[in-house]
Amino acid sequence: MSFDDHNDSGASRRKVLECMTWAGTGVLWTLSGGVPRSLGLVDAARAAGQKASGLTFLQISDSHVGFDKPANPNAIGTLEEAVNRIKAMPVKPAFMIHTGDISHLSKAAEFDDADRIISQTRLDVHYVPGEHDFLDEEVKLYKERYGKGTRGAGWYSFDAGGVHFIGLVNVVDLKAGGLGNLGAEQLAWLEQDLKGRSKSQPVVVFAHIPLWTVYPQWGWGTEDGGRALDFLKGFGSVTVLNGHIHQVMQKVEGNVTFHTARSTAFPQPAPGTAASPGPMKVEDARLRSLLGIASIDFKVGDERLAIIDTPLAG
Amino acid sequence: MVKPVSLGRSIRLAFTAALLGAAPLHAETIKVTIDNFTFTPAEVTVKVGDTVTWTNHDDIPHTVVSAGKYRSKTLDTEDSFSFTFASSGDYKYFCSLHPHMTGMVRVE
Repeated sequence: MSFDDHNDSGASRRKVLECMTWAGTGVLWTLSGGVPRSLGLVDAARAAGQKASGLTFLQISDSHVGFDKPANPNAIGTLEEAVNRIKAMPVKPAFMIHTGDISHLSKAAEFDDADRIISQTRLDVHYVPGEHDFLDEEVKLYKERYGKGTRGAGWYSFDAGGVHFIGLVNVVDLKAGGLGNLGAEQLAWLEQDLKGRSKSQPVVVFAHIPLWTVYPQWGWGTEDGGRALDFLKGFGSVTVLNGHIHQVMQKVEGNVTFHTARSTAFPQPAPGTAASPGPMKVEDARLRSLLGIASIDFKVGDERLAIIDTPLAG
Repeated sequence: MVKPVSLGRSIRLAFTAALLGAAPLHAETIKVTIDNFTFTPAEVTVKVGDTVTWTNHDDIPHTVVSAGKYRSKTLDTEDSFSFTFASSGDYKYFCSLHPHMTGMVRVE
């Protein structure tokens, strides 16, 4: 299912308007037979609730609590709308991952608001930081709140439902002129973390900035992301989930599927379509379609390299 | 023969000059703006003692960091950061949040 489907079939206007009532939501993932498949939007998942089997989990990203600029003066409100959608799901996901930029300016009150709202899902949340989460003077608020049991700047791994999950940090110690950065210490840890692991175990890697190079002119990539992917060679199923670019993109490369999630706060332009990657102001009626009416068409086994731009509403 | 009063004045002037170091008497402030994730102008040439002020006009925070030399706090929308350059050289800098944003201050 995709937003296109609403339109392709001559899309009743009524259906389109229903879509427009959507707020930023998450992407629901389910793993069946060891291969992650996106069920698309939270409501697509609801419709497919009966089919969902095995492990299901949710990804939300880029809440930017505290953002109040014209692109969305009420980012906290759209996060609340997303959470309400999650609460209404008939099939409860096992847990949620948040791929960073929880806050806009790393203020304690922003983290407080985010926690208050996101905790209403009553789901365990596994966080990785975005660059907006490390802006406080002492760079301690994120680690105090989300860093328990993590290493370095906040990386860690865990197993759930037979799947190995790895949360990476690629937003610290960035170098002039460069992209996102994992660093030698984290890469060494990752190599050890994967060593001796069965290659048949599905692996899900999540981090804020895309691990693959989406658009270096806007910094959308990770300088040493390729090194991390080298360690994942040989694994039968690898899924890489990111945020940061506030839009859906994906590609499948061999055994690796890359996917970026939408923001719950504001959209950003497609690569190269604007003067900068800054917040994109759209008509009020369109905002929620860009935040939440994502449908992820997760192509399993497609060997072609493909980055799929999800069409915008209208 | 210099009169004592003139001598005293000369000493005071010399003392003042020493306090100011090599700074010219008319130090300037040069403005660099941040718009669309870009420092403009990307390169400025200033004199020793001049001050550069960066102002962020984006809806996204940025920083101004010259490794080992100076580092701004996070600049939210319309926030500014100033640095006075006391010695000559090329000061490359970047935004530590968006490292593809780079610039340079050349101090003569």
